[in-house]
Amino acid sequence: MKTHAQHYYLPAPSYWPIIGSIALLFLAGGFVLLLNHFKSGPYLMMVGALILVGMLFGWFGAVIRESLSGHFNLQVDRSYRWGMGWFIFSEVMFFAAFFGALFYARNIAVPWLGNTPLLWPDYVATWPTAGPGAHTAFTPMAAWGIPAINTLILLSSGATVTWAHWGLIKNNRMQLKLGLVLTILLGITFTGLQAYEYMSADFSLHTGIYGTTFFMLTGFHGLHVTLGIIMLSVILLRVLAGHFAPEQQEHFAFAAVSWYWHFVDVVWLILFVFVYWL
Amino acid sequence: MATETVHATHESAHPAGWAHPRGMLRWVTTTNHKDIGTLYLWLSFLMFLFAGALAMLIRAELFQPGLQFLQPALFNQFTTLHGLIMIFGAIMPAFVGFANWQVPLMIGAPDMAFPRLNNWSFWLLPVGFTLLISSLLVPGGSAAGGWTMYPPLFIQGGIAYDMTILALHVLGLSSIIGSINIITTIINMRAPGMTMMKMPMFVWTWLITAFLLLAAMPVLAGALTMLLTDRHFGTSFFNAAGGGDPVMFQHLFWFFGHPEVYIMILPAFGILSTIIPTFSRKPLFGYHAMVYATASIALLSFVVWAHHMFTVGMPVAGQLFFMYTTMLIAVPTGVKVFNWVATMWRGSLTFETPMLFSVAVVCLFTIGGFSGLVLAIVPVDIQLQDTYYVVAHFHYVLFSGAAMSIMAGVYYWLPKWTGHMYDERLGQWHFWLTTIAFNVTFFPMHFTGLAGMPRRIPDYALQFANFNMISSIGAFVLGGSQLLFLYVVIKCIRGGAKAGNKPWEGADTLEWTLASPPPYHTFETAPVVK
Repeated sequence: MKTHAQHYYLPAPSYWPIIGSIALLFLAGGFVLLLNHFKSGPYLMMVGALILVGMLFGWFGAVIRESLSGHFNLQVDRSYRWGMGWFIFSEVMFFAAFFGALFYARNIAVPWLGNTPLLWPDYVATWPTAGPGAHTAFTPMAAWGIPAINTLILLSSGATVTWAHWGLIKNNRMQLKLGLVLTILLGITFTGLQAYEYMSADFSLHTGIYGTTFFMLTGFHGLHVTLGIIMLSVILLRVLAGHFAPEQQEHFAFAAVSWYWHFVDVVWLILFVFVYWL
Repeated sequence: MATETVHATHESAHPAGWAHPRGMLRWVTTTNHKDIGTLYLWLSFLMFLFAGALAMLIRAELFQPGLQFLQPALFNQFTTLHGLIMIFGAIMPAFVGFANWQVPLMIGAPDMAFPRLNNWSFWLLPVGFTLLISSLLVPGGSAAGGWTMYPPLFIQGGIAYDMTILALHVLGLSSIIGSINIITTIINMRAPGMTMMKMPMFVWTWLITAFLLLAAMPVLAGALTMLLTDRHFGTSFFNAAGGGDPVMFQHLFWFFGHPEVYIMILPAFGILSTIIPTFSRKPLFGYHAMVYATASIALLSFVVWAHHMFTVGMPVAGQLFFMYTTMLIAVPTGVKVFNWVATMWRGSLTFETPMLFSVAVVCLFTIGGFSGLVLAIVPVDIQLQDTYYVVAHFHYVLFSGAAMSIMAGVYYWLPKWTGHMYDERLGQWHFWLTTIAFNVTFFPMHFTGLAGMPRRIPDYALQFANFNMISSIGAFVLGGSQLLFLYVVIKCIRGGAKAGNKPWEGADTLEWTLASPPPYHTFETAPVVK
């Protein structure tokens, strides 16, 4: 920390938030139109997405410049760490809603539907199921093929990102770069295998509650992995540009991304157990 | 809660390049917690008047039996929007406005922890409300499925339903960002010496409220996403033929919805716990008990949700569990009411407008709490579900609990925010009109509800005519008196007797060590709290 670090850094007025709001207005409005089959929907969404990407570059760029010019003291760093922690907590609760739906369906909704002799006399409540109204059979995803390999891959990537962190703390830039590259490659492999699994599945979102919970849970997880890969890549570029130093307040962004990656990892473990295995 | 300061505030020089856009752009780009607090409070007032106008239309229709002004479809749209906007537009933003203004001032922080994110969490709200309110103009009108958004109704509706779902996603994002900011500010930005157990009660209640928001809002986001995918992407979350269950939505919704109730009342408790000691000229009775009671209410709020669903069918064991946990909430809430009364006991009381509102809230919220206990009893609830008794109950907790606490807080802190005293005579007029009209409006609903009048229906049986006419007359007075509130606030902003640093002699929190109005940046050098 070089200069004016005695005061808590208060940023000057900023246009980025309102630009972000405009982006979300376009995205949400465009999505509504898209869902209701208006041709303008996708275009509005594209405009919104472009504005959003610009906003993310601008806003994060401003924060990175502030960080590099030594505006952030330890107290600011602590704020960022608490903020990221609570953000991940809110993400945990978001996944909890979908896991809650899975557990509710498996333990309450489906067994009840199996006990409705007047409505669906022939329905036998077993898991996995596409529900009493389904007419086609499907093969559920087996746990001990690709998913097990993916578990191994994601767990290893958690180890490599920690190894990279150790490299950063020891000021071993080679270890840091190598660890990050390995993590990103493992992440991409995971996503590729997920995509292959999706394509080889003989069921879809439309396949009753099994297809619904399978694709929504793995889909949101995959989205988070993809986001994590993008975040890790940004960190790698920053490392190559010479950012970050061993002191705690000099590499918050790295720490935040690695926390996020571990969070994605833990979600996958729960997914593997309850969506694929049991 | 000792808040003696060694040295108060210095208006120190700003970092170089501190350019301030002027005019409208100042408000669009601001990173100042006071500016953003003001924006939140004004937006909330605007939404309060808008959703209040919808309520006036609803009461006009219910003035007499039969259909006079509103067709049933429009009536349903208005009740849905009234609920959603009052909750997400009036009450929640008002409390966030208070948090923005008061939390940094009360803990001796220079600003919020993330000033730019603070700006964003406000400016997401206009996006959400643009989507929500403009849905009135699309074919088919706005969503009419009730603020609780239950499927299958909410899956069958038209484009407005998508707009409502996405609007709530945006408002939820705003709440999540806002609460990350508030919780981080309280944890990390306290002045030296301001230990957790020295924090003013208002700060404590917001710390716990922010936690509730972070735990509950993402669950709502999940449930809304499921509605959206069920509507458009062929998923079967709430479709029994696919193995799902519409009741599952109710579980998810109320897992959010019940903590949401406490999100809207805990900051109100914080305001009361600030005002009552001030005008009793005594410290808050049982500060520690108050903190623990707030935390217990918050934890219990996650295990009571199915009391909203007693009539949808659940095992007796479930009904008993949720009945007992619901009743258990009365214990910490009772501790709070007891502590407020004990704070007033043998105090040297004066009854300026903030205190009048606070005392009224203690009485009227207690009525709402008791009718909540009545509704917690399963066999009684099965009788009263979806009647006006429920409407009476939640307006006693939300209007005479949350909204009137907001009014109390506005009168209490207006002198600090504007530097002027509000017009005490008009303030008291506003108080008496509001309190009397509120009771005229909502007290008869207990009777119509007990007699079986269903809620959310534009017409009713003839025997309810008298009580409904009384309710409607009360509602018009209640609505009209809020224009007086608007006038008093504007008058106070524009001028009035000078308020010194500390216009309330019993006040003891940090903001009263500052000038009124406080300088744009405060506590840039942290005060030391003993």
